Amino acid sequence: MKMLWRSAATTAFALGVAAIFGPASPATAETPQYGDELRLVVGSKIPSYDAHIESTFGMIHPIRPFYSVLMRVNPDNPSSPTDFVCDVCEGDVPKPTDGGTKYTFKIRKDVKFHDGTPLTAHDVKATFDKIAFPPEGIASNRQAYFKTVESISAPDDYTVVFKLKNPTGTFLPSVAMPYNFLYAKKDLDAHGYTWHQKNINGSGAFRFVEHVPGSHVKGVKYENYHHKGMPYLNGFTAISAPKMSVRLQAIRGGQADIEFRGFPPKARDDLVKALGDAITVQESDWNCVLIVTPNHKVKPMDDVRVRKALSLAIDREGGSKYLSRIAIVKTVGGVVFPGHPLAATEAELSQLAGYGKDVEANRAEAKRLLKEAGHENLKITLHNRGVDQPYKVVGTWLIDQWKKIGVQADQWVQPTTPFYATLRKQKDFTISLDFNCQSIVNPIADISKFLPGAGNNYAEFQDEQLLKWYDELLAEGDEAKQRAIIRKYEKRVLDELASQFITLWWYKINPHRSYVKGWKIAPSHYLNQALDNIWIDQAEKKRQLGG
Amino acid sequence: MYGYIVKRLLMLLPTLIGAAILVFLLLRLVPGDICLIKFGGEGAYADPEQIRQCQVNLGLENPIYVQFWDYMKGFFVLDLGTSMWTGKDVTYEIGVRFELSLQVAIMATLTSIVIAIPLGVISAAKQNTMVDYVVRGFSIAGIAMPSFWLGILMILGLLIGTQEFMGRPWMPPISFKSIFDDPAHNISQLIWPALATGYRYSAVATRMTRSAMLEVLGEDYIRTARAKGLIEKVIVNKHALKNAMLPVVTIIGIEFAFLMGGLVVTEQVFNLNGLGKLFVESVTQSDYTLTQALVMLVVTIFVFMNFVVDVLYAWLDPRIRYS
Repeated sequence: MKMLWRSAATTAFALGVAAIFGPASPATAETPQYGDELRLVVGSKIPSYDAHIESTFGMIHPIRPFYSVLMRVNPDNPSSPTDFVCDVCEGDVPKPTDGGTKYTFKIRKDVKFHDGTPLTAHDVKATFDKIAFPPEGIASNRQAYFKTVESISAPDDYTVVFKLKNPTGTFLPSVAMPYNFLYAKKDLDAHGYTWHQKNINGSGAFRFVEHVPGSHVKGVKYENYHHKGMPYLNGFTAISAPKMSVRLQAIRGGQADIEFRGFPPKARDDLVKALGDAITVQESDWNCVLIVTPNHKVKPMDDVRVRKALSLAIDREGGSKYLSRIAIVKTVGGVVFPGHPLAATEAELSQLAGYGKDVEANRAEAKRLLKEAGHENLKITLHNRGVDQPYKVVGTWLIDQWKKIGVQADQWVQPTTPFYATLRKQKDFTISLDFNCQSIVNPIADISKFLPGAGNNYAEFQDEQLLKWYDELLAEGDEAKQRAIIRKYEKRVLDELASQFITLWWYKINPHRSYVKGWKIAPSHYLNQALDNIWIDQAEKKRQLGG
Repeated sequence: MYGYIVKRLLMLLPTLIGAAILVFLLLRLVPGDICLIKFGGEGAYADPEQIRQCQVNLGLENPIYVQFWDYMKGFFVLDLGTSMWTGKDVTYEIGVRFELSLQVAIMATLTSIVIAIPLGVISAAKQNTMVDYVVRGFSIAGIAMPSFWLGILMILGLLIGTQEFMGRPWMPPISFKSIFDDPAHNISQLIWPALATGYRYSAVATRMTRSAMLEVLGEDYIRTARAKGLIEKVIVNKHALKNAMLPVVTIIGIEFAFLMGGLVVTEQVFNLNGLGKLFVESVTQSDYTLTQALVMLVVTIFVFMNFVVDVLYAWLDPRIRYS
């Protein structure tokens, strides 16, 4: 209940901030205006246009508006981690039948690809076949999310049936992921499974105009878009700007309207100070978390007492209070995104190592454990990524926290490429910061990060108990029972084994020009990026930027 | 003169081959895997099978000697391959950025020449006067100030200045439009980086012009010209300046080559989609083919500029071509 209260409080805070800083909050009902163009700045590069193989927001932000998906987060309520609506499917999101193992989607009859081809159930089937069952030699980055899918069929032109091996809570959130762009079957048949890496033929709100690598992507309004009356914009330009300072100054200097990934608190404050009511700020918990990953194969991280002591030393509440003033982290949580019904409540969290309210008692226990393990004068090197927000800030904070239990730590900061090589390939680190950033909040899939042997778990340990519980979780359709299993799993990871431990969840801050209307913040920078509900208050824009 | 040019041209080839081999080997020593970054760069689940498939597709699982052979074959037939990150032709990726980088290099060089040569000459002609002190101060400030820092100051100055005096903050455009499509947009974007880099560049050239001029003005033939009663303007412009230009031409040539690929930080400050930014991205993404092509492009530009400087030397000083 407290968790739900926290989620509501976060939303309320977001709206409050917006009300204070902006003349019209995103929640205010206003009549959308047609016309004008949106200029968004994007801090990452486009590797290819094929969302089925990519994972960067550098591709999602400029390319998602060209595509439709089967279902998506509710664009009017994107802060909810459980509110999904149909995009090209018809009516409400379907309820499972056959004991939770069958989902039948009815497809709208008015959806057309930009080349004029009608979108049918066969296109949806071909798309999800490519994602879930790619042929040999064809990459699919999210194939693992659809392991429970037994078959996909299209009994007629406007019906798609997903048959699952067992009931699971991961299916619908997986289908709603923004990466599941719908491709035309005829394109896949005629051009092959790699054609979409360099070509675009979607059915989204905007038609592709041009992409100048390293510079921008341009789209224009698609007049036959299936959500009638939308989009409101005539078009958009996504401008590539890798440096955060450039993106920030571009909004300030009138060269861009919005940035969807997020800025640190100081940048928000600077923008608000410079532009006053010309800026609207939206804030939200962020489905990204920084995780401390000890390498269990390296001494002394093979000793659970040492790992647990390092977690006990961290004052998470204090960190949340102070770090949130300078970094994009804020929320204290367990393994599940804090706003989700499956997440631990405050009371449940307080039972875990390092989450107790009495910080001094936690640290006394940490010292005792270190002494017992024979590591009273422990010296460690924290491996970290050479990115300020939030890695280096949190890394520096952790070193200070560990100093308080007598551990001497320093940081080994590497640029992104060698950082990944060390963490994922060479594995020659003692303890490292790692992260887990996801799009849709899909707790059952997301917590596989903590599973021994998972492709993205670099802690190098084995535990049969965790694997067993996770298998039980995957096969469990009842939410209350899922919750109970997750609590056991969480306690095992964060407390009994201290195999990895959570620092703080990220916090998303989106200051944008106040004439940008209709867009609502989501708990991920991958979500709510169709741009179909965004409109420009043109009089206000003229007032702010001039003729 | 023709024999001299042919000889210089023949010397270019071994230099380029040596650079190509060095670039290939050095890049393989840098840790990092483009497939790891592509599939798990945002912390998302990275399926090991997908990563392996990506490595196979990109030829990264081939032995080094096979990769080297493919690379050298491409080098000799001028096929630079495709970018490992985007899958697009490397020549296309470079071509998109080349116009901007070339224009900034030309604008900065022109800025530098327009400032440096008159100031250097005046400073030398008025040695140890107030004019000389001011010019020297100006040039020392230019050398001391990194151009990216000057760029940051310019942007902040524009933001604050326009807000103060025009009521709303303005900064230069952050996306490129060709000078042939939209000259006003193009100039309002590129004038600032050209000034920021041109100032530093001019500072170096001013000091070089001054010292070269001082040396030439002390020569016997200048004293003879003065003894003959030639006016100072003719002595400086006609007899001294051409001879003082040798080291200045060298500086201008090297700096031009540097500007084509070395404006890494300045390009980021002004969000220019140039070769320097592409360089950084290709290195951070472990995009071997693109990095190799860019390094070879910069090496070629340097080698070519050296060649141009050598030819100019021979034109300015006939003793060089006759030796």
